[in-house]
Amino acid sequence: MTKKIEAIIREEKLNDVKEALRNIGIVGMNVSEVRGHGRQGGIELTGRAGTYQVDLLPKIQLNIILSDHNVDETIDTICGAADTNRPGDGIIFVYPVEEVVRIRTKERGKMALSYEDDIDSRTDEIEDSAAAT
Amino acid sequence: MNGVNSGDTAWLIVATALVLMMTPALAFFYGGMVRRKNLLSTLNLSFIVMGLISIQWILFGYSLAFGPNLGGFIGSLKYAGFSGVGAAPMAAYAPTVPHIGFASYQMMFAIITPALITGAFVERVKFKTFLVFVLLWATIVYDPVAHWVWGVGGWLRNMGALDFAGGTVVHVLAGFSALAFAMVIGARKGFGKSTMEPVAIPYTVLGAGLLWMGWFGFNGGSAFAANGLAFTAILNTNTAAAAACLVWMLLSWRFDHRPSVLGIATGAVVGLVAITPAAGFVAPWAAIIIGGFAAFFSYYAIGFVRKRNLDESLDVFACHGIGGTWGALATGLFASKAINPAGANGLFYGNPKQLLIQAAAVGAAIGFGFVVTYGLAKVLNWTMGLRVSENAEEVGLDISEHGERAFA
Repeated sequence: MTKKIEAIIREEKLNDVKEALRNIGIVGMNVSEVRGHGRQGGIELTGRAGTYQVDLLPKIQLNIILSDHNVDETIDTICGAADTNRPGDGIIFVYPVEEVVRIRTKERGKMALSYEDDIDSRTDEIEDSAAAT
Repeated sequence: MNGVNSGDTAWLIVATALVLMMTPALAFFYGGMVRRKNLLSTLNLSFIVMGLISIQWILFGYSLAFGPNLGGFIGSLKYAGFSGVGAAPMAAYAPTVPHIGFASYQMMFAIITPALITGAFVERVKFKTFLVFVLLWATIVYDPVAHWVWGVGGWLRNMGALDFAGGTVVHVLAGFSALAFAMVIGARKGFGKSTMEPVAIPYTVLGAGLLWMGWFGFNGGSAFAANGLAFTAILNTNTAAAAACLVWMLLSWRFDHRPSVLGIATGAVVGLVAITPAAGFVAPWAAIIIGGFAAFFSYYAIGFVRKRNLDESLDVFACHGIGGTWGALATGLFASKAINPAGANGLFYGNPKQLLIQAAAVGAAIGFGFVVTYGLAKVLNWTMGLRVSENAEEVGLDISEHGERAFA
């Protein structure tokens, strides 16, 4: 089963989250710039005489497609890197994905998602080395 | 040529270019503060005035403003088509530069004044109606008032009103005309409810910087000579801008929690507005006071207008109307013949009468500017319509009026 993670995080946390994901073998992703707010409701900006409310704030949405069994570790990694313990840190949604196709090779499913040294190849290595001993 | 001084003339050429530059600078000053969908439209409202008034001025505008006096109210059409405006000086106005130089320099003032008003009605004005408004306003409001204050035989000039570079003629007139127009055209859709965030404050900051520099030509050039008085005007100009931007920074910091960069840029402009009538008449320490208080008055004027739910969108009245009024009155306080023997002494130099003269001149400009502009706006609204349709306003004037996008 393939899943999509939409992680809405602070703009300034993108690099930290990307690095943390790279360290566990999640590299494939795309990023969109979104605006939004949760319970925070926005912030107060300064005008030239007085202030005004802006309720939709710029955030980054990371879109990651991955196999079901990697979702929990990925979520934990994102939270660890994106958390600043303040309102506005963000939220994560998980959706089912019907099909994945790599355009260059026409590979589908798990093959389309895998690449050298990705999260699953590391798990396989650990299993192989455990089996060997 | 008789009496032409090449140094004075060279400076006036530069000053003419500096003041012309102030109009596209103003375009960016305003443009940065509107929403993205109206950026081009706003830039163009200022830019196109360069086209319109450059022609109007040559054909008849200059003559109405500075031509031979008719009843103290307006000039004759003797100089229509710039006929008779040549290389020889017009001694009554500027004895050491060619008449054509004086007239060309004045054109740049005639251009920027209607451009100032555009801030009142951005994001909703119908372009076609706007073009007609600019031509009519320039002819029946600007040209007469310029004549009253600066024209030989003008009744305010004869009364002894001091206006070095256009505090009354340009800023008070534009400010109160903006107020009148805003009252007729009505508020933007969503005003007071939705947040209308400035698209690009950097444009406004750049515009303010270029205006500050251009103002050296606006005030310095009004000495019509490359001499100490020109530098006095320039120094006062710089000083007032500096004082005003610092005061606005402090007000913003204190009352709005953090110093607004938009406010700092605006503050500088307001100081420049206020010193305009006084630049060649006051001492530098007075320029500090004039600039500092201008920021104070304009800052509060912005809040005042907003509380009345009037959408005078870019605060032309608060910045130019109030700033200019303060500057004109302050001239009546701080003017000193020691600075400029061709001027007069103000209240602080033992001549309280000057303050009354200044007040009368400002009052006349306010009354005439407001009433005529209000009437003109009403007539144009009735005949041509001032506003675009609701849909067009929502989509944005860049697309609906010009068929263009600011950014691809």
